[in-house]
Parts: sequence; structure tokens; C-alpha cells
Amino acid sequence: MEDDAPVIYGLEFQIHVIDFDDENNIINKNVLLHQAGEIWHISASPADKGVLATCYNKTADGKVVTCAAVWRMPAELEPGGHESPEDAASPAHALELLCHLGPAAHGSTACVAWEPAGDGKRVISLADNHILLWDLQESSSQAVLASSASLEGKGQLKFTTGRWSPHHNCTQVATANDTAVRGWDTRTMSQIYCIESAHGQLVRDLDFNPNKQYYLASCGDDCRVKFWDTRNVTEPVKTLEEHSHWVWGVRYNHSHDQLVLTGSSDSRVILSNMVSISSEPFGHLVDDDDLSEQEERSQEPPQDSVIATYEEHEDSVYAVDWSSADPWLFASLSYDGRLVINRVPRALKYHILL
Amino acid sequence: MKNDFRKMEDEMDRLATNMAVITDFSARISTTLQDRHKRITKLAGVHALLRKLQFLFELPSRLTKCVELGAYGQAVRYQGRARAVLQQYQHLPSFRAIQDDCQVITARLAQQLRQRFREGGSGAPEQAECVELLLALGEPAEELCEEFLAHGRARLEEELRSLEAELGPSPPAPDVLEFTDRGGSGFVGGLCQVAAAYQELFAAQGPAGAEKLAAFARELGSRYFALVERRLAQEQGGSDNSLLVRALDRFHRRLRAPGALLAAAGLAEAATEIVERVARERLGQHLQGLQSAFLGCLTDVRQALAAPRVAGKEGPGLAELLANVASSTLSHIKASLASVHLFTAKEVSFSNKPYFRGEFCSQGVRESLIVGFIRSMCQTAQNFCESPGEKGGATPPALLLLLSRLCLDYETATISYILTLTDEQFLVQDQSPVTPVSTLCAEARETARRLLTHYVKLQGLVISQMLRKSVETRDWLSTLEPRNVRAVMKRVVEDTTAIDVQVGLLYEEGVRKAQSSDSSKRTFSVYSSSRQQGRYAPSYTPSAPMDTNLLSNIQKLFSERIDVFSPVEFNKVSVLTGIIKISLKTLLECVRLRTFGRFGLQQVQVDCHFLQLYLWRFVADEELVHLLLDEVVASAALRCPDPVPMEPSVVEVICERG
Repeated sequence: MEDDAPVIYGLEFQIHVIDFDDENNIINKNVLLHQAGEIWHISASPADKGVLATCYNKTADGKVVTCAAVWRMPAELEPGGHESPEDAASPAHALELLCHLGPAAHGSTACVAWEPAGDGKRVISLADNHILLWDLQESSSQAVLASSASLEGKGQLKFTTGRWSPHHNCTQVATANDTAVRGWDTRTMSQIYCIESAHGQLVRDLDFNPNKQYYLASCGDDCRVKFWDTRNVTEPVKTLEEHSHWVWGVRYNHSHDQLVLTGSSDSRVILSNMVSISSEPFGHLVDDDDLSEQEERSQEPPQDSVIATYEEHEDSVYAVDWSSADPWLFASLSYDGRLVINRVPRALKYHILL
Repeated sequence: MKNDFRKMEDEMDRLATNMAVITDFSARISTTLQDRHKRITKLAGVHALLRKLQFLFELPSRLTKCVELGAYGQAVRYQGRARAVLQQYQHLPSFRAIQDDCQVITARLAQQLRQRFREGGSGAPEQAECVELLLALGEPAEELCEEFLAHGRARLEEELRSLEAELGPSPPAPDVLEFTDRGGSGFVGGLCQVAAAYQELFAAQGPAGAEKLAAFARELGSRYFALVERRLAQEQGGSDNSLLVRALDRFHRRLRAPGALLAAAGLAEAATEIVERVARERLGQHLQGLQSAFLGCLTDVRQALAAPRVAGKEGPGLAELLANVASSTLSHIKASLASVHLFTAKEVSFSNKPYFRGEFCSQGVRESLIVGFIRSMCQTAQNFCESPGEKGGATPPALLLLLSRLCLDYETATISYILTLTDEQFLVQDQSPVTPVSTLCAEARETARRLLTHYVKLQGLVISQMLRKSVETRDWLSTLEPRNVRAVMKRVVEDTTAIDVQVGLLYEEGVRKAQSSDSSKRTFSVYSSSRQQGRYAPSYTPSAPMDTNLLSNIQKLFSERIDVFSPVEFNKVSVLTGIIKISLKTLLECVRLRTFGRFGLQQVQVDCHFLQLYLWRFVADEELVHLLLDEVVASAALRCPDPVPMEPSVVEVICERG
């Protein structure tokens, strides 16, 4: 599993690559230098393990501008590669800049998202009120702007986050600006749907349900997590109000979409079981012969519930994510630099599998 | 003695011979007169027969005379006497003629009788007489029954029509009381008369006749009830039940009398049902009245809150408004109870019915009216929490505060008082389940809690928005050296003070942790507070970044985690603490998203010190404020590439000045 935990120390901006050895519960850490500026957003290419994109702050002439760029990690530090020596004193390696994503004239880039199922050749970046679709050519050393779209309207509209939908042949992207969530078609760069006032205040994060086509989760500063069916945007399918402060991250489990992870600035990570709106509301189909009479009677429609609340963090949790290698593993990161790796409770895991 | 006996003996002998002689003579007389005797008997018999025949021959003329004179009774008597004889000898032509004549006349007589009967204007006894005579004439009884009933129906229908006319819109509708009086005396009285007469006359008819009467009574009765219900339905408004109850009482009483006579028709039960229905509707109306009165109170409160303050005159305080709402609601409830109580007064004829003794009291009054109203009050209050717009919508926060205090008061005292009052007035006599006081109190407390939490959220949001805007829109990198506290912070303090005052009007102070004596004069160095534990606080140097962070993390492990949304207690200090926690947490998060220049950091320092100077007195535990503000400044410092904190003394000077 690879995990990145940017921590900001003075003038040295670093990326920590942390190797988690599942069997032995050992953590290895490697540090990479990212001298270009302070990192605000980071995402890894789905195709190439060593390539990642960052949005970083550059301070110039008393102004802060957020730029985006694509980098490559040095080969020997690629995660999953041969074991690196456990040497805390090894010198930090530097990232190799592959290409910049556009001139900063577009505005401050809030987020960069890779096309999920593609071969790492297409990225979307959100800068101010523009969506920019890039083609990475010549092994990602050059970024060509394929198409773009802008959000028109009153006032200063600014995208805060975006996410690529894994369905529909990867042609849909959802973005959030202020309290609205919009869906875009990347082939025509036009807006498909718009959920006005998705949340009472700012929308912080989005995620798509990996198994159900039209389902989307969003979380925001009104302390709520809402699940939407993009075919009917007037009302959320479900609303969760488990957190007591802003919810910064929401993530579906990659394979079992009833498991939803949320992290919030009330220092908690909550794992919820959203069975009623998942793709397998009633579990696996079982042969009637196997069911005894009593079991049949006790089968009721499953209830959504909070599986567990993780309170290991002492400060606001800003990022949560699932492992792409093991569907039962997840990590959360908080302001004080604490990275916590947790597992789904075993009882639930067997319940889902069996 | 012997002489006497001899004399007696002689006498006796003589007597014996005399008797023999007399007997002899008597026998001789009888035989002599025998003949004559026979002849006289025969003559007497013939005489009687002749008289009868005479009577018969004269019968037609006599009958005619009787009919002309109108002495029907006599005619019928004659006819009755002669009928059997005529019937027997009708094969004799002369008799036949007589019989025919008689029949003709009798038919005429019957017709006349019927005519008289139909005319109807005559009173009931005359009618009864007619019917009797007709029956005696041998008219078929069913026809007579039908006609009698039809006649009665005509009269009663007229009554009904006049009642219906009263329901019409054009003439001013008379009192309900008058209506039921009229109906009772006119219709029901008439019905009783008809029924009594019928039963007298046609008692011999047996069950078939009784059945007819019952059907007749039922049909007319149902029409009457329909009219009565219509009229009662018109009695919509007005919370005064006295008139209605009296009218219902009269109505019911009237129908109890004929109940014995018309038991089969079930009129009495129908009447009771009507009364029950009306009572239920009345309860429903009362409930609606209470609800709309409550909503009216709330609207008044909102207007009072929104009204612009007239210069020099203080608007009604929150406490006053609360008292108004509470007292008016209570008085409305009492008034409703009093007016509904009339239904169960002893004098009222239907108050003994099982419905009124049992279900009306428990289900109707206690459950639907009182409990229902309290529940709807809680529901209305909770609806204010779910206003769609997160920006506070149209609900003024003061209203939320007032409602939460109202619900709390209800939970502590008022609910039990009202229910005790209800139970006293309406002695519950049946076993249907009733809501216990504790359930209602729990519901009221829950509502109060929700309202208060929502209030805290709303007010917290307002202040948070101010702080957020102030952090997000300012250019922190190129800001100048801070000379004074930012206006936003002063606004925040003012707003918090205003909220404190507002909450203080309705809620008690609450418990605060004992303040240390030097709270307001703490030396404020960059990342630490001069707490007793003494957090390790070196002045920040770039060369040892790890140490400070590590130590502050360790410190955090041992200090209590702040729960931003801990449940709010029902006192002022808890409410204010909640609001301040929300605001400061927002400030913290916003600060972490920006990058600060050196003077930006110093400005944040100044602002936070200012906030600390003034906000500590509002919260339950002042350490909380210190902790949060320290976090804010620490985060700002971490976000600053060139952190040079300001000297604490300078910070204090600026704060005191501003």
C-alpha cells in the first residue's frame, strides 16, 4: 500500500512515502523533497506507481499562487519495490519534475484528479472557476490542454474540490464550488447536473460509489454527509449527521460500497455501514436449502449504522482513504501529523463476505 | 202438654190435608191455564220477532237518518246488531233487499267516516273514534293502520318542514335551544301522540302492527335526526358550550320519553349517538382553537421581536413575552376545560351514558384535547428547528430561546399541573390507556433541548461566518504592522455580549469554574499560557522545529480534548460556552488554510489576545478559551514562513488601547 503524508516543516516541503507491511505490521518511511512549494493537494497516478501530481503554493511578490505539477519519484524509492534499508539518516531524495500543469494565469489550482481507469494520460485540474482537461504526452513530460470549461456567475466562483467518476467510461467529473455540486461531461465539457445547496455551507469533499453508477457522496461544513442520486438532485437519498464539526473527507470502500469512511475536524473518524443504499442491500443471495426456518424469519431489512468511531487523533482529521491493495484497511491523517492505519472490525468483514 | 201436642197433631193433619187440597187445586189451575200459557208465550215470542223484523225493515231508513244526523256511533251500533241476522237470512229475497240497502248505506257511512278521518283537522280523540267505528264496521285493519299512519305522517312532515325552514339562510337562524325546543315539542310530541293512539287502537293487530309503527317511527325519526344534525353542525364557532349543552340536553331528554313506546325503533340510541358525535366534534374544535391560539401567540411574539425599537422606550423584554405566552396558553386551556366540563354536568340528561362517563373523559378530553395539544405544541416548537435554510431562515433566534424555556417550564411544572386539573374535573372511570405524566414531560424536555441546541448552532454560525469572512478575505502576506485590534474582533465581542444578555433574560447563570485571580492579566507569550503545568514554550527558532511540535503534541495527549459539540445544559453559561467553542473552532480551521506574513501573524496574535481578554468571562471553564486561542496562534505561526512574534507587552498595550 502506498500512502503519502505531506507534512510542512518550515521551508522544507516534504513528501513522506510510508510503506506499511501488512503481515508484520512494520512501517517504513522514506522522505522526498518537494522544493517547489507548500503542498496543498496530492494525488497519485493510477497507472504508474512512481508518478504523482501535486498542487502547491508558491509565494512570489507577496502573493500566494497555487500551481500544479506532475512529478516522478526516484525509482529505488518506489513503493512496493525491493525493500529499502531502514535507515532514518538516509538523505532525502528529490522529486523529479515532469511537467507543469499550465501557466498560473488560470488561477489558483485547487485540485488535480487523474482519470481512474485510464493509462495515466489524462488529468483534470480545477483552477479558480475553470476546469482544465490535460493530455499528458511523451511519458508525462508534456501537458497539453485538451479542453476546458468555466463556471459563469455572479461573484467570485471558486472550485474547491473535484472527483472523477469511475463509471460511464470515465467521462464524468464532479466538482464542488461553495455549496453546490456540479457534474460535467469531459467529452463536451458541459455541465450535466447541478445540486444547488448540497450543503448548508461549504462542500469539502466528494466521492463516487464505485459499484453503483449514479451515486455520489458529499460532505461539508454543515457537519453532514449526504448521499445523492444524480438522476434526482432535488433531495439527498440519505443524510448522516454523526459528526459534530466540519467533515473534511468522505470515502467509499473500493469494493464494498456499503462501507463509508468520514473524517472530521472534531478529531474523529467514523466508519459507517450504509447498507440500504449500497449495491448489495441484502447481502449475498443464499440458496433456500441452506436457510433453516429460523434464519428466514430473522432476516429483516438491514439497517444503516455506525460501525465504529475512531478517536485516536487529537486534532482535526483532514484526510481519510482506503487502501487499494487490501479492501479492509484504511488510513487517516490529522493536523498534528499523525497517520493512523486501521482495519474494519473482523466480525463485520466476515458478515459481508459470507 | 198432651193437649197441646194433640192440638198440634190436629193442626198438622189439617195442614196436610189443606196442602193436599192446594196442590190439587194448583195442578188443576196449571192444566187449565196451560193452554193459555203456551199461547201467551208464543205471542210474546212472535212479538219480539216482529219487533226485530220491524227494526230490520226500518234499518235502512234509520241508518240514513243517523248518517244525516252525524250520529255515526249509533249507526254503527245498529249495523252491528243487524249484521249477523242479515247474513244468515240473506237467501230470503226481502232480507236480501234489506241487506243490500244496509250495505249501501254502511258503505256511505264508512266513506263519510273516512272522510272525517282524512280531514284531519279534527283532534286525535275524534280520529280515534273514527278509527274505532271503522274497525267496528269491519273495515280491514291494515288499511286503517296505513291510513292512520299516513295521516300522522302528514302532520309530522309538516313539522319537519317548518324545522327545515329554520335551517335556511335567509331568516336569522334562531337559537339552537329554540330549535331543539321546537323540534322536541312539535315533532317528538306529535310522534308520541301518534304512537300512543296507534298502540291503543291497533293493539289487537299484534306484532305486524307494531312493526309498522316502528318502521314509521324510524323513518321519520331519521329525518328528524338529519335535520338536528345539520342544525348542530352549524354551531361551529364559539368556545362557549353552555347553549349547546342545554340544547343537546333538551333534545336527548325528549327522546327518552318515547323510548319506552318506541323501543323497537331505536330512537333513543340514535339520539345518544348524535350527542356523542357532537361532543367529539366539539372536542376537535376546541383542540384546533387551542392550537391556533398558540400559533397566534407565537406570531405576536415574532412581531414584537421584529418591531423596530422606538427610541427611548424599551420593547417588551424576553421574560415578559415568555410570561405572556405561558399565561395566555394556560388560560386558554383552562377555558377549554371549563367549557367542555359542561358536557359532564350532573343535570345534563346524557351525562350518565357510558360514553360520557368513560371514554369522553379519558380519551376525548384528557388524551385528544389536553395531551394532543401539548404534543402539538412540542411539534410546532420542533418545527422551528428544522427550518430548511441554514442561514437562520426566518426564525429569530430569540424565538427559539423563548420556546425552549417555555418547554422547559412545561416539563418542570405546567404539564403535571394541567393534567392534575383535568383528572380532578373529569373523573376517569374506564380502563382505556392514558399517557402518563412522565412521558409528556420527557417529550417536552427533549423539545427544549433540541431548541436550545439549534439556538446555539444558529448563533454560533452567525459569529463563525463573521470570523471566517474576516480570515478569508484579508491578505495576510502583505499586511502592515498591527496598530490596533481588528474591528471584526470587537464586533464579535459585542455580539457575544448581546447574546449573553439575551440568554441571561431567560436562563439561570449556571456554574462556572472558579477563576484564578490573574485571569485577565495573563502574560501572553506566543504558544503558551502561563498555566500551572507550564507547557514547554521556547521562543520559536527555526533550528528546532521538531522539538516544539513534538512537545506540543505530547502536551495535547495529556490535556483534555475539547468536544466542540458537547450537549448543551439548560443554563446560560453552557449556552455561551457552546457558541464560543463553535466560533473559535471555525477561526482555527480558517487560520490553518491561509499563509501568513510576519505582520499577519502578529495581527492574529493581537486579535487572539483581545478575544481572550473579553471572552473568558462567558464560558464555564476559562481554560477552554485559552486553549483554543493558543491553538489558533500556534497554527498561524506554523503557517508563517517568517514567524517573528510580537512582544507580549506591546500586544497588551495595543489591546488596551483598542
